[in-house]
Amino acid sequence: MYDTLTPSQARDMLTAVARHLVASVDMLTEVDQAIGDGDHGIGMRRGFAAVEETMATTDPESVAKVFKAAGTAIMAKTGGAAGAVFGTLFRAGSAAFEERAALDAEGLAGFLARGLEGVEKRGGAQPGQKTMIDALAPAAAAAEAAIASGLVTAVRNATDAAKGGVEATKGMIATTGKARTLGERSLGHPDPGAVSMSLILEAMRDYIAA
Amino acid sequence: MGKPKKLLNNPVEVVSELIDGLVAACGGDLRRLEGRNAVVRAQVADDKVALLIGGGSGHEPMFPGFVGYNLADGAPCGEVFAAPTPDLILDTLSAIERGRGVLMVYGNYAGDNMNFDIAAELAEEAGIVTRTVRVWDDVAAAPPERMTDRRGIAGDFFVIKVAGGAAAELDDLDEVYRVAIKARDNTRSMGVALAAGSIPETGERTFELPEDEIEIGMGAHGEPGIARRKITEADAIAEEMTDRILADLPFSAGDEVALLVNNLGATTCMEMLIVSRKVHQVLKERGIAVHRTDVGSFLTCQEMAGLSITLMKLDAELKHYLDMPARSFAYSRA
Repeated sequence: MYDTLTPSQARDMLTAVARHLVASVDMLTEVDQAIGDGDHGIGMRRGFAAVEETMATTDPESVAKVFKAAGTAIMAKTGGAAGAVFGTLFRAGSAAFEERAALDAEGLAGFLARGLEGVEKRGGAQPGQKTMIDALAPAAAAAEAAIASGLVTAVRNATDAAKGGVEATKGMIATTGKARTLGERSLGHPDPGAVSMSLILEAMRDYIAA
Repeated sequence: MGKPKKLLNNPVEVVSELIDGLVAACGGDLRRLEGRNAVVRAQVADDKVALLIGGGSGHEPMFPGFVGYNLADGAPCGEVFAAPTPDLILDTLSAIERGRGVLMVYGNYAGDNMNFDIAAELAEEAGIVTRTVRVWDDVAAAPPERMTDRRGIAGDFFVIKVAGGAAAELDDLDEVYRVAIKARDNTRSMGVALAAGSIPETGERTFELPEDEIEIGMGAHGEPGIARRKITEADAIAEEMTDRILADLPFSAGDEVALLVNNLGATTCMEMLIVSRKVHQVLKERGIAVHRTDVGSFLTCQEMAGLSITLMKLDAELKHYLDMPARSFAYSRA
């Protein structure tokens, strides 16, 4: 269990995140086939395989640098909406670590808050539209509320909140992205982007709370 | 329905390999952007407003097949059904810009919008001026009051043809943009799906449609349309689709239009012509003149069966650019 991560540990955590996403490709494909065109899994695999490669050659000068490098790799290799959204999450979110030597609870909360702000600005989506924001926004709020309790609690609570957000997307009707034309037929299925968001936090939690 | 048979090598390399094939088929008119999944014209005239088109792959010949003389100057090619990345878009537009700016024309999808927007911001930082035209011709995707929620489907064909002509003749980016917007705003489409296409990398179909059913208004990636029902005769389907398109702009008696009947991939030329014949009959009955008809495979979705109907209402200016000669892999006319 870690209450702070050094830049080098932050890099290792992002490597673990990348491996977790790559290993989840079949599940993500299945989830996307229900309400999208079924390409979310292979897109995330392209992007996070690139994160794993990039992390292997990134000098861990700072937490901000490794998060930004991960975001740049995602944006360059994923393609589609997912590349722009998850690339923006890490690139915009990395600003929260500027001037910070280590990743702590406040840094994690700041990453999620800045990332959320960046994603909302980029895609124009709001909570309730059945997107990854519906997992990210509650996770950001949960991390913020748990700052005083330390990093382990913050990442656990954020992960639980993201999972709750994924469940909540089942009851939402998509009003943005390719799934929006499904209308009520999108009910009952989780949003694939929200699932990916919760997988990212799950892998962070497993690294930090191990 | 099982996985379709496909002639592939490594499914991960499909985009790169199709680009090699396209360049080889174009006799020196095109080249690959070195080491990247993008095609550009071998020669782009100095002082020309550049036209960039693009989107996810898997819809061939859209988009790279429309790079050519009096058409587009370059096309970044995303992975199958996934928008190209910002750096690929930026590298492609940098390769074709000649000091008069770049018009970007692409279909209105969340992924394309975000990635092309990021590229436009990066281009601006690099001192390259861009304008954006998002094509949203699919009347089945949303009601007219939510126009910007509509998808871009085969209407890309007319917007690219007109914008390509304008970019070749006009030397001001804002003028080319104005003409392309006019083409976009006068274009309406609707599709019908008979069977799903598949994703090359997984072999999985993009949607499920029972053997005896069709879906009116389905999108090019299998996005749901407005009605799923038992298949009926071609004429009834063609008339319903045409009437929905006509009511949307609306088109009216005395108008002159260009007609495109686009094959989504696996429909026979025979069926295409039968439907095109019925659209002509309906237009004649409604007092609408057809200036020009194109029937063929221009924006496909792998082995998806079905077609779309597109009408563009013409004025003298649109007709002028539509009628200009053009030469590319997908479309040539003298």
